Amino acid sequence: MAGGTASLYARGRETQRGATRDPAWTRRLLIGLGLTFFALFLLAPLALVFTEALRKGWSAYFSALAEPDALSAVRLTLLAAAIAVPVNLVFGIAASWLIAKHRFRGRTLLTTLIDLPFSVSPVIAGLVYVLVFSAQGWLGPWLLDNGYKVIFAVPGIVLATVFVTFPFIARELIPLMESQGTEEEEAAVVLGASGWTTFLKVTLPNVKWGLLYGVILCNARAMGEFGAVSVVSGHIRGLTNTMPLHVEILYNEYQFSAAFAVASLLALLALVTLALKTFVEWRVASARSEGA
Amino acid sequence: MAEAALNRFGSVPAPSSRSWLLWGGAALVGAVIYAASRGGTLPGGLLLAVYALFALLGIALANARSRVLPGFRLSLAVTILMLFLIILIPLSAVFINTAKLSWSQIWEAISAPRAVASYKLSFTASLLAAAVNVVFGLILAWIITRYRFPGRKLVDALIDLPFALPTAVAGIALTALYAPNGWFGSFLEGQLGIKVAFSQLGVLVALTFIGLPFVVRTVQPVLEDLDTEYEEAAASLGASRAQTVWKVVLPALYPALLTGFAMAFARALGEYGSVIFIAGNIPLVSEITPLIIITKLEQYDYAGATAIAAVMLIVSFALLLAINALQVWSSRRTERS
Repeated sequence: MAGGTASLYARGRETQRGATRDPAWTRRLLIGLGLTFFALFLLAPLALVFTEALRKGWSAYFSALAEPDALSAVRLTLLAAAIAVPVNLVFGIAASWLIAKHRFRGRTLLTTLIDLPFSVSPVIAGLVYVLVFSAQGWLGPWLLDNGYKVIFAVPGIVLATVFVTFPFIARELIPLMESQGTEEEEAAVVLGASGWTTFLKVTLPNVKWGLLYGVILCNARAMGEFGAVSVVSGHIRGLTNTMPLHVEILYNEYQFSAAFAVASLLALLALVTLALKTFVEWRVASARSEGA
Repeated sequence: MAEAALNRFGSVPAPSSRSWLLWGGAALVGAVIYAASRGGTLPGGLLLAVYALFALLGIALANARSRVLPGFRLSLAVTILMLFLIILIPLSAVFINTAKLSWSQIWEAISAPRAVASYKLSFTASLLAAAVNVVFGLILAWIITRYRFPGRKLVDALIDLPFALPTAVAGIALTALYAPNGWFGSFLEGQLGIKVAFSQLGVLVALTFIGLPFVVRTVQPVLEDLDTEYEEAAASLGASRAQTVWKVVLPALYPALLTGFAMAFARALGEYGSVIFIAGNIPLVSEITPLIIITKLEQYDYAGATAIAAVMLIVSFALLLAINALQVWSSRRTERS
């Protein structure tokens, strides 16, 4: 009797499954297609970077990285990221506090404007600073007379990096802060907490993983930006070359192993970024299931 | 009170009697800047941009009422100042400098044969790449959310590789793969006679690479949220699996697919780093529009570069508006269902 109902139940689920699950051949076909595309378009380029970098052995690999021009490129890349990420952090926190916690006219317009740099070609991001700061630009002549060089110098590289990374942290924080509402903050303020205390003790702990996520993505883009930086850099070796620009120069000089050696550092950075991102997503998911 | 309720339920703020002030003010400032810049006074254009900044700041501050949460004015000031100084004023330079050119100068720059050939290539290759991404992005999103197979989590994590990998690295890696002596190139070119690297096909490959995450990441959350109840209901009403997929599942995914397509397309139009290595950059054949801008800059033809940049910016802004509209439409659809 019990066995009868069980098998009836099983048959019922079987028909239901037939309509909600794909037949085995479809499943195999789709997994095969997806994984082939994944391997050809994503895995192969990644594997190639490391294979080419190590083609001439480890000693050639390390000597390519220890070269003075490569080292100065690493330093400049770190410097640009070290300025761009904190600037972005300040903007991201201010913008998300404004947009997620307040209602005012022009709010949607402001949100669209913040996303603007995402839809601007990196080449144009570099071009706009050339128009403002070059010798023929708006401020360039005055700045040059006073001894400040922006284009074909480090400040231009930092500015271009700030432009392309501009929306990253705000983009992560706004939806997160919005979903959390304002009740907790209002309670803190009503109980007498100051604005900063409310932010540091109530808001920040709630959004810390999202903030970290934004910082990771912003940093990856800051270190890897090529187009915008290429326009304003002037490609002066040892002075205005970031790592991606150094990769380009080496590649164009047919020093393929050295180019891929420097590229492999950037690829490692990308892998670390993805690993951290996966970790943060996992933390957010587990925090959400704990909360629920 | 009514306004607060509206804002809570829809992200679009209710049109109010005073909103025309904001739009009218913005239009007026724009017209004045345009007139002043045509007059040829450069610092005048800049001063007006700064004036625009303070005008907007004033309008926004006038908007402030007493609020429970502190920090409205401070965060508004920081946001608007940084937005204007870093993004909007420099961007306006493209339009102000273009406005200073005569119509014949603008037309000459944007209708040059090399420029027109680059629009065709950039547009077609971006469109095709986005279409390829829709097909394979949907397949990848589908197998990641619906099936269990070894390595699924790794695939899920690595989908974002094109976002994280610097474009120059992607560019040289793809070029080395598809070059005549590369892993893929030696087969494609040697055996099949298909030339990928240093041709238009190379541009398509690079743009497909950088656009892939957009479709997967817009479709994936919708697929995860899509309750299998609807599929069960369709099945119990006698639909076959194929009918269920075509008539129930796919229609629910259309807005996300379209948004992902538009995002991949917009990104591909402006992409530079991953393309220039593999394209070979043959004039009239495989030059993309961003490269034309760079070439003009290197020849100190700032006017020509700026005019083409203005064309690109107008197209990107139109796409941005389209994407925003799509997202509003798709969130409404999800809310209704």
